[in-house]
Amino acid sequence: MDEIGDFLSAYSTLIALVGVNALLALSVWVTLYAGQLTLGNAAFMAIGAYVSALLGRHLGTPFPIALVIGAIAAGATAAPLGLTVFRLRGVYLAIATLAFGEVVRVILLATPITGKGQGLNGIPPTTELWHVYVSLAVVAYVLWRVQGSTVGRAWAAIREDETAAASQGIAIRRYKLAAFVAGAVLAAWAGGLSAHLTFSIEPNDFAFTRAVQILVFAVVGGIPNPLGPIFGAALLTALPELLRPLKDYRDILQGLILLLVIIYLPRGLVTVAQLRRTRRLQEIGAADVA
Amino acid sequence: MLLEAAGLSKRFGGVVAVNAVDLGIPPGQSFGLIGPNGAGKTTFVNLISGHLRADAGTIRFAGTDVTGAPPHVLTARGIARTFQGVRLFKGLSAIENVLIGRHARMRTDAVRRLWPRGAPDRADRDRATALLERVGLARHAEALAGELSYGDQRRLEIARALASEPRLLLLDEPAAGMNPAETGRLRELIRALVDEGLTVLLIEHDVRLVMGTCERIAVLNFGRKIAEGGPAEIQGSTIVREAYLGTEDVA
Repeated sequence: MDEIGDFLSAYSTLIALVGVNALLALSVWVTLYAGQLTLGNAAFMAIGAYVSALLGRHLGTPFPIALVIGAIAAGATAAPLGLTVFRLRGVYLAIATLAFGEVVRVILLATPITGKGQGLNGIPPTTELWHVYVSLAVVAYVLWRVQGSTVGRAWAAIREDETAAASQGIAIRRYKLAAFVAGAVLAAWAGGLSAHLTFSIEPNDFAFTRAVQILVFAVVGGIPNPLGPIFGAALLTALPELLRPLKDYRDILQGLILLLVIIYLPRGLVTVAQLRRTRRLQEIGAADVA
Repeated sequence: MLLEAAGLSKRFGGVVAVNAVDLGIPPGQSFGLIGPNGAGKTTFVNLISGHLRADAGTIRFAGTDVTGAPPHVLTARGIARTFQGVRLFKGLSAIENVLIGRHARMRTDAVRRLWPRGAPDRADRDRATALLERVGLARHAEALAGELSYGDQRRLEIARALASEPRLLLLDEPAAGMNPAETGRLRELIRALVDEGLTVLLIEHDVRLVMGTCERIAVLNFGRKIAEGGPAEIQGSTIVREAYLGTEDVA
C-alpha cells in the first residue's frame, strides 16, 4: 500500500491532469459522435476556468457552486452560438467554432477583471484528485448510457446521413445543439477543475493549440464509444512523462506513436479488437468516425 | 383526400422542376407517379416530404395545411419515405436503422436509461424485429446496413420507413437495381401494405411495376402533370406514349 501511496503523491499532478484531459476529450466526443467537428471546447474550458476562479476570488463562492455556475455560463454561451453556427457543416463549422475560441481569448486578453495577458494567479488549489475522477466516472457512465438511448441513436443517425435522419423524425438542429451545449458544459467543468489544480491561468492556455489537443485526444482514442477519448487522453498525457528518459528523442518518438496509431487504427485506440470491422466500415464507405 | 397538393411548383434557377401540379390521394390508395427521366418526380416527392420547400402551392395532409413543414414534423404527422438510390445509416446495424425509424414514435429515454437495469425500448426492439421479419431480413438484424446486398438495402429502407407507423408511404424508385424476382416480392409487399390500409405513393421507372401495383396513376413530364387515371387509361393514352417515346415526326 505504501508503494501506491508513494506513486500517487509523486505523480498526483500527472494523474489529475490525465483525468482533466479525459473530461475535455469527452467534451468534444459528444459533438464528434453526432458527426459535428467543433473546435470551441478550449474556449468553453476557459469560460469554466475564469468564471469559477473569479467567483471564488471576488464573491467567496464555494468551489462546487462556482464550478456549476461556470458550466452554466458555458452552456448559456453555447446555445445561441450553436443556433448560429450549425447552419455550417464540416470544415466550415470547425473554422467558425475556432473563430469563436479566438474571440474569447482576445476578450480575456483585453479585460481587466480577467487579468489581461497575465491571467489570474494564486487560484486556491481546491481540486482534489477524487473530484476529478468522480466527475470522470459520472460523465463516462452518463455518456455510455445516453449512447444507447434515443438521443444517442439520433446523434449517430445525424452523423451517418443528415437528410435521412430528418426523414426519421429527428429534429436535426435540436439534437446538434444538445450535443454542442453538453460538450460546452463538460469542457467548462473540466476547465473549472483544472484552474483550481494549476494555481494560475492565462488566456494562452486556451488557445488554438489547446483546441487541437482536445480533438487529438478524442480522435486518437476513438469515437465509437466514450472509452476512446479517455484512453486517448490518458496515453497522450502520460506519454511525455513515460518517454522522459529518452530526452531529445522524446518528441520524435511521440510523433511516431501518434502517426502509427492514426495509420493502423484509424478509428482510434479502442478499436484495436475490431480491426476487421474497421476495414468493413471503410469498404462500405460509412461515416469516418463511426 | 389524405394528401392534397394544389398548384405545387418548384424551380431551380431557370428550370421549372415541378410546375403547378395538382394531385390528390385518397386514404388507402396505391397511387403511382411515373414520367421520363427529369420529369420532376423526385422533386415532387422532396416537396411532399419536406426536404424541399415549394415556391408556390399548398400541401394538405389529413386535413391540415403542412406547406413548408420540415421533414421531421411531417414524419411525426405520418409521412414516411424511402430515397432514390437508398440512404441508409450504413455504419449501423439493420436493427438500429429500423429503431431510428421509430424515433418519432418513441419517448426520449436518455434519462430513464441512467438507471442501469432499465430496458425502456424493449417493445420498440420487438416491433423493429417484426418489421425486419416482414421484409425478410430477420437473420441480418445485426449486420451493418452498408454490407447488405442492394436489394436487401432497399427492403431495409422500407422497413425503416414503416417503423414510423406512417399513414402515407412515399417510395422513390424502390425497384431500381432489383432483379425480377425481387421486384415481384416488392410488389407483393406493397399490395399487402395497401390491403392493411396504408396509402402508398409509388414513384417508378419500371412502368410494369406501377401498372401492376397502383390503382391510380399520374404522369409527369417536364414538371407538368400530363395525365392521370387508372392503369388501363394511362396505358392507352397517346399523350403518355409520346412523352416516353417522343412524337412520331421527331422519332
